[in-house]
Amino acid sequence: MKHLLSTADLTRDEAILILDTANQLAQATGQGVGKLPPLRGRTVVNLFYEDSTRTRISFEAAAKRLSADVINFAAKGSSVSKGESLKDTALTLEAMGADAIVLRHGSSGAAHTLANSGWISGSVVNAGDGTHEHPTQALLDAYTLRRHLRDGAGDLAGATITIVGDILHSRVARSNVHLLKTLGANVRLVAPPTLLPFGVDTWGAEVSYTLDDALVGADAVMMLRIQQERMNAAYFPTIHEYSQRYGLNQARVNLMNQGAIVMHAGPMNRGVEITSEVADSPQSVIVEQVTNGVSVRMAVLYLMLGGNEATV
Amino acid sequence: MTSYVLKNVSIVGGAATDLLINEGVIAQIGNGLSADQVIDARGCIALPGLVDLHTHLREPGKEDTETVLSGSKAAAIGGFTSVHAMANTNPVADNAGVVEQVWRLGKEAGLVDVRPVGAVTKGLGGITLAELGTMADSAAGVRVFSDDGKCVHDPVIMRRALEYVKAFDGVIAQHAQEPQLTDGAQMNEGIISGQLGLRGWPAVAEEAIIARDVLLASHVDARLHICHLSTAGSVEIIRWAKSRGIKVTAEVTPHHLILTDELATSYNPVFKVNPPLRTQADVEAVREGLADGTIDIVATDHAPHAAQDKDCEWSAAAFGMTGLETALQVVHATMVKTGLLTWQQVGERMSYAPAQIGRVATQGQALVVGAPAHIALFDPNTEVLIAAENSVSASRNTPFAGYTLPGTVRATFFNGLPTVLDGKLV
Amino acid sequence: MTHTQGRVVLDSADISRALTRLAHEIIERTQGAQNVTLMGIPTRGVALANRLAQRISEIQGSPVQVGAIDVTMYRDDLRMQPARALLPTVIPEAGIEGRLVILVDDVLYSGRTIRAALDALSEHGRPQAVQLAVLVDRGHRELPIRADYVGKNLPTAKTESVQVQLSEHDEIDQIVIRQAS
Repeated sequence: MKHLLSTADLTRDEAILILDTANQLAQATGQGVGKLPPLRGRTVVNLFYEDSTRTRISFEAAAKRLSADVINFAAKGSSVSKGESLKDTALTLEAMGADAIVLRHGSSGAAHTLANSGWISGSVVNAGDGTHEHPTQALLDAYTLRRHLRDGAGDLAGATITIVGDILHSRVARSNVHLLKTLGANVRLVAPPTLLPFGVDTWGAEVSYTLDDALVGADAVMMLRIQQERMNAAYFPTIHEYSQRYGLNQARVNLMNQGAIVMHAGPMNRGVEITSEVADSPQSVIVEQVTNGVSVRMAVLYLMLGGNEATV
Repeated sequence: MTSYVLKNVSIVGGAATDLLINEGVIAQIGNGLSADQVIDARGCIALPGLVDLHTHLREPGKEDTETVLSGSKAAAIGGFTSVHAMANTNPVADNAGVVEQVWRLGKEAGLVDVRPVGAVTKGLGGITLAELGTMADSAAGVRVFSDDGKCVHDPVIMRRALEYVKAFDGVIAQHAQEPQLTDGAQMNEGIISGQLGLRGWPAVAEEAIIARDVLLASHVDARLHICHLSTAGSVEIIRWAKSRGIKVTAEVTPHHLILTDELATSYNPVFKVNPPLRTQADVEAVREGLADGTIDIVATDHAPHAAQDKDCEWSAAAFGMTGLETALQVVHATMVKTGLLTWQQVGERMSYAPAQIGRVATQGQALVVGAPAHIALFDPNTEVLIAAENSVSASRNTPFAGYTLPGTVRATFFNGLPTVLDGKLV
Repeated sequence: MTHTQGRVVLDSADISRALTRLAHEIIERTQGAQNVTLMGIPTRGVALANRLAQRISEIQGSPVQVGAIDVTMYRDDLRMQPARALLPTVIPEAGIEGRLVILVDDVLYSGRTIRAALDALSEHGRPQAVQLAVLVDRGHRELPIRADYVGKNLPTAKTESVQVQLSEHDEIDQIVIRQAS
């Protein structure tokens, strides 16, 4: 598989290979090794149509630590302000010799379009396409879960993970549901009915409208960011009510299993979907997720570009 | 005028016979006929020239995607002898000037009978009625009015329009799409849209408007036509309305007879269309509806688009598929080969009934002696691999690229003159 | 892993004797192996390093530092095949800075693996010196690399393959030479 577009495309073995590789790379980084050589001579382009300093820096750090050359291309262009077309930008990057393009775009399916277009010969890493998928986020989430719940090895069979929030518009949720199930975990989704996608009952997860019920017996909870504009589109009446019914506070955290962890892909709305107290508590692994993001992205880039063709 | 004879042809599925075309009409039907030009039509079906009630010819305004001439060529290739050109051009066909221009361009092209459709509201704005009567009285003789592309969503405007066109035997053709329920919608709302993260276009947005409009049509005793009906629920509403004697007719596109929303999984915008491709259950329901006559006609909604409007990410892509050149092949595959329609019925759904709805007197007539020679000669025994680059239309956005479709239009006659011979434009 | 084809050139007892001799050589040449860190090259080099470490510590009566150094990312043939899975690198407690590092591998052939190991090692510090111990030297060097401690010299043809099997990974200890097909 030359491109990483969706976690639904990863088999269990492939996913575990990525996580195990991330382990080795995290260790190498931890041992104080500076740069690792395998991507020397490779060019990785960060093509970001949406502002995301955090993810872009994570990919940049990952690529550079593997000795790749990194080009950052902050593209303009939305359905409102039509900049250069994706096709023309892609052709330009191909002419510049990009071995991989890390794409973050506001349209679901943009990464698929780029990968299947024939405009580029390199690999595509989906860094978030609209409300569709964000595979490296799910991988770093799985890596984090594995570290805390399974001693950093194997899969997540038998673990129960609860994902809470705007599932309808969440690419993080979609990628996580696919990957967690591939790794054998039991997934629970919690949201008000308006924020659940049509057909969510076919996703193979338990669906609930009540947060407390879904936290009992959970080994981890993943909070999704809620956006103000959803309130304006009548998905829920007020932020206050949303926070009361679906916000994570310490009392709710205490309903989970012993040793359970609290996760958030960020950026957080402190006081809305998660209290500051919980975000900063010892059970919160939110900051660690960011560190793990670099290791996981290094693993993905290494497996994709470290040889003559992708391993995964 | 050269005379032509179709030898051993099956007229709408009947026994093989000869059909002689001379002086613009069907001169003779019988055995052992001869003419200046002989066409071996053994194994072929003669259909009355197809009439499309829903085509986008894009002229004036988007001539880079299609013109009246190029669209006429595509229509002829598909076996059509008449097309209704929708009004969402630029400028909009909401006045006599534009409809007469389109009508004249059609006459100049001389390949099919181009019937301009007039907009219901000025500029398709949905607020003020367009000059419907003036367009009816113009040289273009408009009888079908539609804001297609957009829904006439204001119930008062829809009511007034339905009533007003009764004066000249006109019909309002509604593009049923509740705009607020489909704000930003990209594809059918279903399991697939939930997985793909594409905003859904729910069936209820089509059905709610159809339900409202059949009740309005009943109340004001007017004719109503529903464009590109696509859902099982819509079929049921039409069935109910007809059972009450409401004067509603409906069309289905060839692509809705065969393609489903599963195709969106590729994120290939060639499958992006409005109304969207629906589920397999909807495909089966519209096929049944077309078979039992609940859906009166097949209409292509031929919607050409420039390459840059389809060669991009899904949400940036335009809605629409071309369809004139493949319509009969798709109907053959989905309705005739499955035994749901006879060739006689195909003639009704694709020629007779659309001509009736559009009040086109010279088209959609039975193939009998004396009738105008508008004929499509279809060879059902071939198979064609559809290639976008072979499109006669100026645009390449056919969803059937790479599909093998059964049958070919061997010849098309318009007013007794061939527009297509041997499967190619004359 | 079966071993039906090819001929066995060293059996379990041969290997054991070779390792014992290597352990004694190392002790002798390093004046007691006090500053020695054995670094095995995965996969089988690690098993060998562990066995050597055990023998040396039995003879000397004190434990020997042992670790592993993965060379995957430092290979010069990276772009000739898909990216390989990474193997663990384990730096022992005392590190490698200022230590006498003895790289341990099963077969020495072109020497490229050892070159990669030297690069990998340099990322972790500056040893006082680096030496090389191998179970088999089969010749055909493509780089100026030589082993300090050799279990067995096995001249081979390039068309042959040499396979070291160890009970930690395979069913049995033996060394097999096969003709390439």
